[in-house]
Amino acid sequence: MFKELRAALSENIRDYGMYIALAVIMVIFTVLTDGLFLTPRVLSDLIDMTGYIAVLSVGMTLVIVIRHIDLSVGYVAGFLGAISAILSFKLGWSIWVIIPATLALGAMIGMFWTGTLVARLKVPAFVATLAAMTIFRGLLIKVTNSETIFTGNEAFNAIGNGYIPDIAKVDGFHILTIIIGVLAVLAFVFMEIRNRKKLIQYKLRVSSMPMFIIKLAFVASVVMFFIFKLASFKGLSWTAIIVGVVVFIYNFITKNTTLGRHIYAVGGNPEAAELSGISVKFITYVVFASMGMLAALSGILFTARLQSATPTAGMGFELDAIAGAFVGGTSASGGVGKVTGSIIGALVMASLSKGMDLMNVGVSYQYIIRGLVLVVAVIFDVQTRNMKSKKA
Amino acid sequence: MKNILEMRNITKEFPGVKALDNVNFQVKEGEIHCLVGENGAGKSTLMKVLSGVYPHGNYDGDIVLNGEVQKFARINDSEKKGIAIIYQELALVPEMSVYENIFLGHEFHKKGIVNWHSTRVEAIKMLEKVNLSVHPSTKVIDLGVGVQQLIEIAKALSKDVKLLILDEPTASLNEDDSENLLKLLKDLKKEGVTSIMISHKLKEVIAIADTVTVLRDGKTICSLDASKGEVVEKDIIKYMVGREINDIFPKRENKKFGDVLLEVKDWSAFDKNLGRHVVKNVNFNIREGEIVGIAGLMGAGRTEFAHSIFGNMKEYGLTGEIFIKGKPVKHNHPSDAIKNGLAYVSEDRKGDGLILIQDVKQNITLANLNKIAKRTVIDKHEEVIVAEGFRQSLNIKTPSIEQKVNNLSGGNQQKVAIGKWLFVEPNVLILDEPTRGIDVGAKYEIYTLMNELIAKGMSVIMISSELPEVLGMSDRVYVMAEGKLTGELPIEEATQEKIMEMATL
Repeated sequence: MFKELRAALSENIRDYGMYIALAVIMVIFTVLTDGLFLTPRVLSDLIDMTGYIAVLSVGMTLVIVIRHIDLSVGYVAGFLGAISAILSFKLGWSIWVIIPATLALGAMIGMFWTGTLVARLKVPAFVATLAAMTIFRGLLIKVTNSETIFTGNEAFNAIGNGYIPDIAKVDGFHILTIIIGVLAVLAFVFMEIRNRKKLIQYKLRVSSMPMFIIKLAFVASVVMFFIFKLASFKGLSWTAIIVGVVVFIYNFITKNTTLGRHIYAVGGNPEAAELSGISVKFITYVVFASMGMLAALSGILFTARLQSATPTAGMGFELDAIAGAFVGGTSASGGVGKVTGSIIGALVMASLSKGMDLMNVGVSYQYIIRGLVLVVAVIFDVQTRNMKSKKA
Repeated sequence: MKNILEMRNITKEFPGVKALDNVNFQVKEGEIHCLVGENGAGKSTLMKVLSGVYPHGNYDGDIVLNGEVQKFARINDSEKKGIAIIYQELALVPEMSVYENIFLGHEFHKKGIVNWHSTRVEAIKMLEKVNLSVHPSTKVIDLGVGVQQLIEIAKALSKDVKLLILDEPTASLNEDDSENLLKLLKDLKKEGVTSIMISHKLKEVIAIADTVTVLRDGKTICSLDASKGEVVEKDIIKYMVGREINDIFPKRENKKFGDVLLEVKDWSAFDKNLGRHVVKNVNFNIREGEIVGIAGLMGAGRTEFAHSIFGNMKEYGLTGEIFIKGKPVKHNHPSDAIKNGLAYVSEDRKGDGLILIQDVKQNITLANLNKIAKRTVIDKHEEVIVAEGFRQSLNIKTPSIEQKVNNLSGGNQQKVAIGKWLFVEPNVLILDEPTRGIDVGAKYEIYTLMNELIAKGMSVIMISSELPEVLGMSDRVYVMAEGKLTGELPIEEATQEKIMEMATL
């Protein structure tokens, strides 16, 4: 069985690589900080500080899959965060209106600016979004008037700082969090079993039964470990729920819908996709619109976290999002990349920051180390890709 | 006259194919030597061996230049000996000026600092040699293909070329430019430059060649001497195609043709990038249950014709009409053509046919995902069933339908590509070079499949450069050359010689 485990690991090293990396990083920091890293408070904070980058990484994954890049998302997020703060503070709108309005605005920016320039006018995405980056930086300063704007709305701020309510408290544990965790694990186990049954039915290759059970048990225990940690603190945060929903939806779209398949086809071979009746133009519009929408969401999350919009909000988000996508296994040559991978990639980068913060590592070293990790991740990606094609 | 070049017993193998088989090739000093043969006869491969693209040790046999055996490790080595090769795709840098291009890679310099003054002066001398009166500071991108071709030659002359090799130099030129180029070759001959020209245009060959060597299936067939009156079009064609047809084609019982399914009238495509028509006034039709072959040589406009009627416009300006079952239709995008019952299996499987990094089942279902989706959610059961079905019916040899297409052999990739287009259930299946680069067994399977499809009432348009295949499979043959339809033959009247004659106008 160890043989099978080793074979499975080496075969799927590309898929498991970043999970292993994340685990290693967490263990290292836990040891170096005498367990401080794995305390409920730190974990909870880690998730919230990853949230607004994670949603950008999800959108960026699709952008990179179709062989483009979006440098504007940081300041678009900053700008739309400021807009949402203004809508909340000055106009007093409810968040139930602010959120959809901001998301729609983000989607429109992605579609009408980037989409038009890249898909219709054939401007390289790098340039089109570099221009947008500068433009929205200016707009951000303009709308905030170089001042900090408070949201002045409890419900708004809860998106970035609050936790889901509880139905009952038992022994200091957040019960609803545990219930959600258990349901998620059950759903996962159920889907895996159903999937395995189908694969067997179609005579496709599956792992052996003991391996399968070990995998399920492992995933379930890891998830429940973190759920209990969070439940012993304040429970799941709203940010965690929002990111979870985004990942779930995007994962479903990319894996199970015709749209998702079309996106990967365009990334894998645009000429072949076009000849297969897929409009490369349309897909480009859709992907940039989705990126804009997620930038809006990122802006809302960040503004809520700070409880205010600042004139420098969003600076450097795009680079963290791109790094997250690459660390998460998205291929720079297009056509390959998973939404779930990018989330893990974003978590890896955030864990590095958090861990080094806890150890009081200077900011200068933090940047250097994060840069090196990014390079190592991409080297790993390129090398394992060659390995795979050689094997065949 | 002595031989400037002798290539002795050259053999070059690629995995699975012998591209050159004991080829002997002699060129006399100061002559214009034309190399002719069908697509895939080995002409370009031979020239690549000569120029060092395939380095010494990569082939068997000897290259003897001026009596000395040469061992070129790379292109630079052959250039030093005075050999220059000009490819069909020009190797100029479009955004650079004429003089920069001419001396690119061998600039006048002192310790790395370029002397632009002498560069310009020398460039003007070179331009005079090729009778070109463009300003040397003009950017290459602003010049026509014909002028660019001459600049390539000027570049070769600046390297003190003794042996000039031109790979189909006139393929993309208009008549005036072609004539100009041929005249220049004659002028250079007077100055002692030996030229080897690969060409598909026999009229040109006859007009200019001192010697013609014919290659066929990687072997030297003969060398014809113009001074002895041996260079005659009929003979050249005979030697080019004179193979016996021993490929076996599956027999087809009771041919039955229905009504005209697809008709194309006065169809022209103007390529805005190239600045010329790639398809010109083509009238074409196909009936139900018919296999129509489109023969022609490379660059004849066959693939462009297929792409343009399939709605893949690229940078084409299109005129003309398409009728399907008598109704006029417009294809602005391949998706329109697919809806109207067309399917196009690309000539370039890896380039624009398949998505190599995806697996067999994803490739097969790509063009018709809606068929296995409910409200845009793909039914993965259904997908596996569909893919598994094609794997069995087309006999695709793969360990699993989850194998990446990249890892399959050429023949099996082709079957995946065909499966993908059968899944859209077309009425007209366009196969562009359906058996290029695949083994004999897979070829036979594809031929058999074509017969099965037309028995069901489908129509098949087969674009092919392999004459035996065209003659063995088609019910009717169109021949294209230079974007025009140059002939239409019922299969009973079609012969290799007739087709080649129409294709080499």
